[in-house]
Order: sequence, then C-alpha cells, then structure tokens
Amino acid sequence: MKQFMFLFKGGDDVWDAKSPEEQGKHMEEWQQWIGEMAQQEKFVGAERLYPQGNTIHPGTIKITDRPLSEAKELVGGYVTVTSNSLEEATEMAKGCPGLQWETSVEVREVWPVKA
Amino acid sequence: MKKKEDINKTLNNLFRQESGKMVAVLIKIFGTENIELAEDVVQDALISALETWKYRGMPENPKAWLYRTARNKAIDIIRRKKHSKTIDFSDPERKLLISEYTLATTMDNFWKEQHIQDDFLAMMYACCHPDISQENQITFILKSLCGFSTKEVARSFLVSEDTISKRLYRTKEYFRKHKIRPRIPFPEEINAKTAVVLRTIYLMFNEGYNSTHSDQLIRKDLISQALWLCKSLLDNKSTQTPEVYALMALMSFHAARVDSRVTEQGALIRLADQDRNSWNQELISLGSMYLNQAAFGKTLTTYHLEAAIAYQHCIASNYENTNWKEILTYYDLLLVIAYDPVVFLNRCLVMLELNGPDEALEAIKKIQNHKIISKYYLYHAILGEIHERLKASSKAVAYYQQAIQLTQSKPEKRLLKQKITNLNG
Repeated sequence: MKQFMFLFKGGDDVWDAKSPEEQGKHMEEWQQWIGEMAQQEKFVGAERLYPQGNTIHPGTIKITDRPLSEAKELVGGYVTVTSNSLEEATEMAKGCPGLQWETSVEVREVWPVKA
Repeated sequence: MKKKEDINKTLNNLFRQESGKMVAVLIKIFGTENIELAEDVVQDALISALETWKYRGMPENPKAWLYRTARNKAIDIIRRKKHSKTIDFSDPERKLLISEYTLATTMDNFWKEQHIQDDFLAMMYACCHPDISQENQITFILKSLCGFSTKEVARSFLVSEDTISKRLYRTKEYFRKHKIRPRIPFPEEINAKTAVVLRTIYLMFNEGYNSTHSDQLIRKDLISQALWLCKSLLDNKSTQTPEVYALMALMSFHAARVDSRVTEQGALIRLADQDRNSWNQELISLGSMYLNQAAFGKTLTTYHLEAAIAYQHCIASNYENTNWKEILTYYDLLLVIAYDPVVFLNRCLVMLELNGPDEALEAIKKIQNHKIISKYYLYHAILGEIHERLKASSKAVAYYQQAIQLTQSKPEKRLLKQKITNLNG
C-alpha cells in the first residue's frame, strides 16, 4: 500500500471572512470526510498550519517574516492517507470540504519509508 | 454576589452529581489505562471553577461551564501527549483526536449529552466486573463515579485512607492490565450483569441504612448515592429492567423510614415504637410507583418480595394493624427463590405476630442446630422475644444476655439491655 499526501493550499482569506459558527460547521465537514477515511483505515495523520511564519532564503541565509508563497499558494496543512494508486487517492481528495472554500488540494505520493 | 460558602456548597453538590459523568467521558477519551489522568482533569476543572467563580461569581450554567472546562483541559492533554505512548491513538474512536482538523469536533462528540449518560452507565457496569472484589467495586464507584474523597470513602467503611488507596490502586491496575472497554451490556446479558450492579448498589445502600456506627452525614450520603445510581439505571431504556424498579422501590420504602429508626442520641427504635407520622410519604408513594412498574414482565426477584414486605410495613396505620398474613406469604416465596436461614429467622418474627409465641417457637426450633445461626445475635434476640411473650421472663433475660454477647453493635446492645431492664422492673 502506498502513502499519499493531500497538500492544502490557499483559502485562508475565505476562512477569515467566515463567522465562528460557519467555521465550526465547516470543521464538522472535515471531521466527516476524514472520519470516513479513518473508518476505511486509510487515514494516517494530518496537521494544520498557521498562515504566519518565516522563510529562510538559500545562499544568503536571508530571513523574511512571511511564507514565500502567494496567498492562494500558501500551504495550509496536509492529510496523509494510504491508497493503492494516485487515481484512487485523487478520488478520495475530491471529498475535501476545503474545495468549497477556495482551497486547492494537491495530491502527491510519499516517498516510501521502506523500499 | 454569592458568599464563598454558598459557592462551595453549590459546587460540592454539583461536583457530586457531575464528576462521575465527567470521569466516565474522560476515561472513554483517554482509555481505561489512564483513569488517573481522567480523574486529574476533573479535579483540575473543579479547582478552576472554585478559583474563577470566587472572583467572578457563579456562571449561569455551572454544569456547562464545568463540562467546557474539562473538555478544554482534555484537548490540552491530547495535544501534549500526541506523540507519547500514554494514550492509544490507534483505537478507531481516538484516531481523529490526533489532527487539529478533527480534534475539536471529535472532542465535542464525546461530550454530547446523550453519550454522557451512556458512558456513565457503561463505567458502572465495568466497575462491577465479577473479577473485581465487591469491596473494591464499591470503593471505586464511590470515589470515581460519586465524587467522594478518599477520606469520605474511608469514613464510610471505617477503614484507613491507606486501605482505600490500596483498593483503588488494585482496581485501576485491573483496568490497566485488561484494557477494559466500558459498555452497556447487550440485551442477552443485561439481566446477569445488572444483577451484579444492583447487588453493589444495595450493599452501598445498606452500608448507609444499617451502619449505626458511622456518622449521620455519611450515612445519608451513601443512601442518596445508592438511590441516584439506581435512578440512572432507570433513566436508560436498555437498563430499566423490572429488577431495577424493584430495588428502587425497596430502597425508597426503606429510605422513607430512615429518620424514625434512631433517636437523636443514636439509639435504635423498634419498628413497633417508631413514629409513623415521621415517615416520608413522598418516598413511600414514589416507592409504590416503582413497585407497580417492577411488576411488568415475568421476573420475580428477591427485591420484588423484599419491596412488597417493606410496602406492607409502610402502609400499615400502626404495628398491630400490619398485614402479617400477606407478609408471611412473601417470606414463604422468598424462601422458595433462595433458602436463607436469616430470612427464615425473620419469618419466625412474622409467625410470632401472626400466630403467637407457641407456633413461633416451633418454627425457630427448625434452625436451632444451624452453625452460623446459633451464633447470630438475632436468633437469640428473637428467642428472647418469644419467651417474653410466653411470660417466661428468666429464660427471656438469658436469651437477651446471650444476644448482647454476640453483637458488636452498640445501639443493638443498648436496645437489648433496655428489654432486660423492662423485664426485671
């Protein structure tokens, strides 16, 4: 079984514009989506990132106090799942509730820990 | 703003009622191998409440405040222990706690009202596992599910706090080793498992009802906790069996009379001499209601019969007007369900009232050679009573003296001495 990572990008502006109730409801949808994958024993782990951060630039070791990406390219978090193929993983990723809040999902295969 | 004592009192009541439920939910979140962690979180939430409410006053919904605080503390702990091995996150129920995407929502699911009551009952069944000794069961229930302090449990059983700590430790070790998953029993096993839970509740009740040695406050606490635990079984559709109703009826009838059994100085008052006006009519009518509900289905348990006997006592206008005939029938049925020499002994007392001392004497002779009974104070006390009615005073005194030798209870001794004085006087 292969592992895939869903990388979530953008959508922070939409999130910020919503009320706490709407955000709460939105997170229930995440719960349901991830919960279903967990029930099929395909869920491995997930982390969510704050939008703030530092970027260290190569060569000069210059530091800027923000991530390098444009807002819509900003990585907001990831979910790791197990899946047989990129196609199957992509199907799973289509259920991500963030897609309705202008978050894009990038599906990438994880380099295997064991060969 | 409320005074500090008021807050302490409200908090104490609230804590008694809610701590057990919070512990049950937190044990579900952390697993039975982390009972202490669950108890610590509840303790922390209580301290936070005390600190905050002291300055800001009581919140509008203190219960919700406590739950919220415990929930938030549980989230902190999950975040802290995410990468340690303390909590088994591979468990399907806990898997979604490890990600921030799902932590809060999953946590809220654990704290939904309809789950809380089930978790509490599930924990009660788990505590009453046959592999855990009965005294350890009661100790654990009082401490973890009824919010007693170790000191209060120690006072309930007249043992040292050290003994209580050891009992608690053993029970927690059992849970840790066996990784028990608390759950409400399946329908096909509900009767057998509930029987064990009921036996423990009744024992707790009797500890409060019969123990003349410990102080009044603790006794009342034990009685009300036993009633509360039984009531929570009745509040759930899958656990409200006829047997539970029967025990609830029995305990209600007993509890109705609890204040009339002893004088303010702690001396025992015989049923015949009790002030029937002081019996709690509200509890008696509640008991009758439960007894009616206990009658559905085909089960006839000892609780049913004991409740029926207690009911007859409760409705009699005075001792002489007691329906002894009806009561004798219940005793006969009790002996059919399970022969018990102590029940037989009590039946002799009923014979004495119904048919007089000669027949009672005939009856009691049948168990005179019983090893345990011949050393039981009540056997000699009843023989004394019978001989008193036969006007054989010197024999009666001798039996009463024998009974005094055999009982450890000071109020019982006092009552028996009084009888001797009356005969001699």
